[in-house]
Amino acid sequence: MRLNVNGEPLEVRARNLDALIAELDYPAELVATAVNEQFVRAKERAATALDEHDRVEILTPRQGG
Amino acid sequence: MAAELNAAPADDRLHFYDVALHSRLLVGTALYPSPAILAEALSASGAEVVTVSLRREAGGGRAGESFWGLIRAQNLRVLPNTAGCRTVKEAVATAQMARELFATPWIKLEVIGEEDTLQPDVFGLVEAAKILCAEGFEVFPYMTEDLVVAEKLLDAGCRVLMPWGSPIGSGRGLNNLFGLRALRAHFPGVPLVIDAGLGAPSQAAQAFELGYDAVLLNTAIARAGDPVAMARAFKAACEAGRGAFLAQTIEPRDMAAPSTPVLGKAFT
Repeated sequence: MRLNVNGEPLEVRARNLDALIAELDYPAELVATAVNEQFVRAKERAATALDEHDRVEILTPRQGG
Repeated sequence: MAAELNAAPADDRLHFYDVALHSRLLVGTALYPSPAILAEALSASGAEVVTVSLRREAGGGRAGESFWGLIRAQNLRVLPNTAGCRTVKEAVATAQMARELFATPWIKLEVIGEEDTLQPDVFGLVEAAKILCAEGFEVFPYMTEDLVVAEKLLDAGCRVLMPWGSPIGSGRGLNNLFGLRALRAHFPGVPLVIDAGLGAPSQAAQAFELGYDAVLLNTAIARAGDPVAMARAFKAACEAGRGAFLAQTIEPRDMAAPSTPVLGKAFT
């Protein structure tokens, strides 16, 4: 399935958000996620099915002002 | 040897929502030459609150984990921001993501409206603040010094306001003294934080002398020639400015008033 992850096109096997995070080797407890500009809670990731061309954001803590 | 400033009473605490703080200097965590200098500067600043953000990272990367480990080791309270968000939708989603990741209801709400000045879009800011306050966030809005916007943000549920001093990263200090004085006078009971634009410790002291409750800055320390020494200087300036405010500075006057007694002068 082809997704857009963090602004980049990506071919993935995962069919839900939880599986996508594992497939891309993110530390699940240290990321926050959104699909198509909608926040998805950590506990809802496994139940969040992904569709072709979904836009996924996977964010981590970073320096800020 | 510099003497410690003790002008402020021991119980002179700053309150943000239900949190009491001793330090009135809030510090950003970006733009430092290295993580080690960031850690040392944070310690030197005496800050109890630091701003952080959320950003994309490639799968398998560990920059976020490393940064977050450094901040947690400092045992500081974090104020996540929505920096760079240009729409209400982006800002709200970013705030929701930040609340989960950083486990705090605090959010420094930025909705940027203009690229050259990074001026807040105050219309979007008020709309986003309404949504987030209704969702239980404790919102710290980055705003202009506009009295009407301030009123609307308070109506939305904000209990702290953060007007800019001047554009982010500009180091220009307090651009609109009249407007900032008016804001302070109109909202005497609201914690007011000068957020953005400070470049020198004297400008931070000036903010406190105007009666502002705290200052938030990043670039002025991070991009200084010696960030750790500058953090120390800002700490001292904040304490001096707050102390001066509490001690009540004299009213300026147009004409001279001799300080040495006139009575008893010779040759008169």
